[in-house]
Amino acid sequence: MSFKCVNQRVIRKDIVAKVTGRARYTADRTEREMLYGALVRSKVAHGYVKSIDTSKAEQLPGVIKVVTYDDLKAIKFPTCGHPHSVIVEKRDIADKTVFTNHVRHFGDEIAGVVAVDSYTARKAAELVEVEYEKLPVYLESEEALQEGAKEIHDGSKNIVKEDEYELGSDVEPIFESADYVLEEDYDISPVKHCHLENQIAYAYQDAEQRIVVVSATQIPHIVRRILSQAFELPYSKFRIIKPYVGGGFGNKQDVVVEPQVVALSLAVGGKPVLIEYSREEQMVATRTRHAVKISLKSGFNKDGEILAQKAVIVSNGGGYAAHGHAITETMAGNFMQTYMSIKNFKSEQITTYTNLPVAGAMRAYGVPQISFAVESHLDSIAGMLQLDPAALRDINMTEDDLNNEFTGVDYSIKGLKEAIERGKERISWNEKQKAYQGQIGEKRKGVGMACFTFDSGTWPYYPELAGANITMNQDGHLYMHLGAVEIGQGSDTVFCQMAAETTGVSYDNVHINSLTDTDYSPFDTGAYGTRQTYITGQAVVKAAEIIYGKILEKAANLLDVGSEKLDVADDYVIDKASKRQLMSLADLALNTYYNEESGEVITCSVSNQVKSNSINTGVCFTEVEVDITTGKVDILDIFNIHDCGTVINPDTAEGQVHGGISMGIGYALMETMLFNKDGLPLNDNLLDYKLPTTLDHPDLGADFVETYSETGPFGAKGLSEPTTVPTAPAIRNAILNATGVKVNSLPMNPQCLFENFKDAGLI
Amino acid sequence: MLKQINITLNGVERSVEIDERESLLEVLRDKLYMTSVKHGCGVGECGACAVLIDGVAIDSCIYLATWADGKEIRTVEGFEQDGELNAMQEAFVEEGAVQCGFCIPGFLVSATELKETNKSYTRDEVRKALSGHLCRCTGYQKIVEATEKGLEKE
Ligand code: FES
Ligand code: FES
Repeated sequence: MSFKCVNQRVIRKDIVAKVTGRARYTADRTEREMLYGALVRSKVAHGYVKSIDTSKAEQLPGVIKVVTYDDLKAIKFPTCGHPHSVIVEKRDIADKTVFTNHVRHFGDEIAGVVAVDSYTARKAAELVEVEYEKLPVYLESEEALQEGAKEIHDGSKNIVKEDEYELGSDVEPIFESADYVLEEDYDISPVKHCHLENQIAYAYQDAEQRIVVVSATQIPHIVRRILSQAFELPYSKFRIIKPYVGGGFGNKQDVVVEPQVVALSLAVGGKPVLIEYSREEQMVATRTRHAVKISLKSGFNKDGEILAQKAVIVSNGGGYAAHGHAITETMAGNFMQTYMSIKNFKSEQITTYTNLPVAGAMRAYGVPQISFAVESHLDSIAGMLQLDPAALRDINMTEDDLNNEFTGVDYSIKGLKEAIERGKERISWNEKQKAYQGQIGEKRKGVGMACFTFDSGTWPYYPELAGANITMNQDGHLYMHLGAVEIGQGSDTVFCQMAAETTGVSYDNVHINSLTDTDYSPFDTGAYGTRQTYITGQAVVKAAEIIYGKILEKAANLLDVGSEKLDVADDYVIDKASKRQLMSLADLALNTYYNEESGEVITCSVSNQVKSNSINTGVCFTEVEVDITTGKVDILDIFNIHDCGTVINPDTAEGQVHGGISMGIGYALMETMLFNKDGLPLNDNLLDYKLPTTLDHPDLGADFVETYSETGPFGAKGLSEPTTVPTAPAIRNAILNATGVKVNSLPMNPQCLFENFKDAGLI
Repeated sequence: MLKQINITLNGVERSVEIDERESLLEVLRDKLYMTSVKHGCGVGECGACAVLIDGVAIDSCIYLATWADGKEIRTVEGFEQDGELNAMQEAFVEEGAVQCGFCIPGFLVSATELKETNKSYTRDEVRKALSGHLCRCTGYQKIVEATEKGLEKE
C-alpha cells in the first residue's frame, strides 16, 4: 500500500502551540472572578466522622462557604468512564457520593471549602475539625475477605465481584496427566499514573443557568452523563469543555474532581469555582493501578507444549468500585488470548474492596499485571525444560489466524511472529541467551523478552460509537469536529492525516481544535481502550469519504464533466487520467458557499458504530546488567517491536512506544506506592515515589511490523496502551537469564532483588 | 505583606505588586499571565515550572517572587524572535519530541540554557542536564535527541 499523507512523519497539529506556551490547559483558562475550592480529606484510612466543626474555617477572612456531607443529598453515582449501558445489570457500581461521613481510604472527601483564593481555601480546609470513629483498616484483599470483617460498603462482603472463566476442557485432569506441573505466585504492587498535570476542573453556571465544567478529562461526554447521575439533573443541563490536557494514562478516565467543583459552584450560586489537586492529593485521591496477586499453574509435556493453564487472580480495588471488576476480567480474558495453542484455560478472579486508595484504569487496563505473571511463568517453564524461551513461546502460539472462542474476536499472530524474529536478530538472542547462562561474579548480564496481545477498542465488551463532523471552509480547507479526545497521544494529528488522505486536501489545510466541547463536538466515548485511531478513525474516514464525494459532485457540475473522471489531489480537483489540475478547492468552495443558484456548504456529520476489533501485538527485548551485591539493574538495551497494523504516523507511534517502555521500566524496577499499617501514605509525592528520569533510561528503541488490518482505517490497529505491557516481564526474564533467580514480584528494586538473591544463596 | 518588585520579563521591564509569601511561579502565572510556566508539584520535584533567571534555569515554584526583584526572567513565551522559534523549539518540533506538552516548557528552558553556553555536550551530559525534569509521556528519548539537534543548530 502506498499512501500520500497517512504513514508519513507529518508534524503534530498541536506541537507549535505546545513549544511556544500558547497551548492553554485548564489552569490557564481562568474566568473573571474565579473562586477557589479546597477539600477536607480524611486523615484515616477507614472510619466514621463522629463530629465535624466548620466554625473556625467559616470565620477565616476570605472564606465564602463550607459544604459538608450533611449539606448535600447523598446521591450515589459511579465514577468510571465506561459507556453507559441500557442493560441495568451491566451498569457500573454506584457507590460514591460527593462527600461522605464514612471514609474508606486516606484522602476520602468529607467536605469542601470555597474561598477568594487558593491559599485561603486550603487554610480553611485545614481548620475544619474532624473527629473520627476509627474502623478496622484492610490493606490486603485477604484481610478484607476474612470472616467477620467490617464491610467497607454495606452488603458487599468487601467483594466488588468474583467469577470464573473456562475455555476448552477441564484443566484439573490435564494437570494430573501432564509430564510436568509448575505453580507460581506473583505479587504486584500498586503504582500511579503520574501525569504531569494534576486533576483540575472548574465549574460555573452560564447565562442560561446551565452548568459548564471545564476539565482535564479523557472522557467529556461520559463526564456529562455521570454528572447528570450525580446531581439528578438532565444531561443537557451540563456542558463539558476539555482544553489541552497534560496527560491522563487512564487516571482521567474516572470522574473525580468534576462532581466536587459542581457541588461547590452550586453552593455559591453558580459562581466559577476551581479545584486543582496538589501532587499529594493526586497520589492518594484519584486512581491507582491495581495491586494484584496472581497464582499461575501450568501442565506441560517435556517438549514444552503447554496443555492447560489455570490462573487465580485477586485484585485489590481500594475504597470504591470505580471500574468495578472490569479490569480484573480483562486480565482473565487476556490470559486466554496470546498463547492460543494451549487450548485449555481456567481462571478464577475476584476484585475486592480494601482501604487503599481507589484502583482504576491505568495504561493497558490490567494487562501489565497478568502479562507479568504469564510471561514470567513461561520463562520459568523454559528454564525447567532447558528450552529457549523464544522457542517455548513459538510452540504455544497458534500458526493460523483464528477466532478466539472466548472473546469472539478475530485474531492473527503473524505480525508477532515476525516481530520476535526481528527482535532476536537485533539483540543477537541466540548467542547471548545461551552465553549468559551460569555466570559467576558480581556483575552479570542477561537478555529477556516478553510478548503481548491487546485489543483495539472495547468491542465486544462495550458498544463502540464515534462521531466526526467535517466542513469545507470558504477557502477549500477542511475543519473537523470530533468527539475523540486529544490528551497528548497525538490522536488529532492522525485524524487529520486520515482526512487528508481520503479527500485529497493537503494535511496543512485540515484543521482541528484540540478542545472538545459537548455542546459542539459529536458524541464519542473518549480516550481509553486503545480505541481512538481504530474506532474514531473509521468515523473520520467515513465522513471524509462523504466530503470527497460531495467535492467531486460539485466539481462535476461546475466543470460539466462526469464525476467519475475526476479526483482530488494537493488541494486541486484534477483530471483522473492526465492528473491535470482543473480547479482549486479554494475556488470550488467559494462557489459552493456563494453560488446564487445552488449554494450549499460541503459538510457532513457521521455517527458510526463499530462492531469489530483487531488484535494488536508486540514484543519487548532487553539486555541488562545486574549487580548482585547492590541489587541494582542497569538496562543496557531495550526495544519494542509492535504490530499495530499500518502506522499512521511513525513519529507519534515511536513516541507512544518510548513512553510505554519508560513507564514499564518504572513499573519493573522503581515504582511502588507505600503505606504504613494504618493505610497512611509514605511516598505520596514525586520525590519519594520514584519516577524514571533521563538518567534511569538507556536509549529506547521502537520498531514496527506493519501488517494490514482488514477492518481498521488504512489498515491501522491500536497502539498506545500495550506499549507498556511487556517491559516488566522482559526485564524480569533478563534478570533470570543473568542470575538464574526467578523474581516474582514487582517492583524489582534493590531491596527486592537483594532478598531474592539472598534466598537463592547468591549473597 | 504586599511589596512592589521590578523585573525584566522576556525583555520588557515590568513592575508588579506581590504578596511576600508568593512564589515566582504564582506571580508569573497569576499576575503576569505567563502560563507556559506549569505547576506540576509546587515543591521542586518535577521541573515543569522552570524559568531562566539571569540565564540560569531555576524551578520557579520554590523561588520566592521577592527574590526576583531586579532580575532578568525569561520564559518560553519570550523565546521566539521576530516570529521565529528558537533553535530548541524548532528542534523539538522537528523531532516530534512533544506529547501532552505539559513538561515541555520546562525542558525547553533547560535546553535553551545549555544552548546558550555555546559548548558541545555528549548524550550523557545532555541527559544529566535535563534530569531535573520529569516527563511521563515520552520516555525522554525524542527530548534528548531534539536537545542534541538544537545544540547543533546554527
Ligand atoms: S512545579 Fe516546580 S518543580 Fe514541580
Ligand atoms: S510530554 Fe507529557 S509529560 Fe512530557
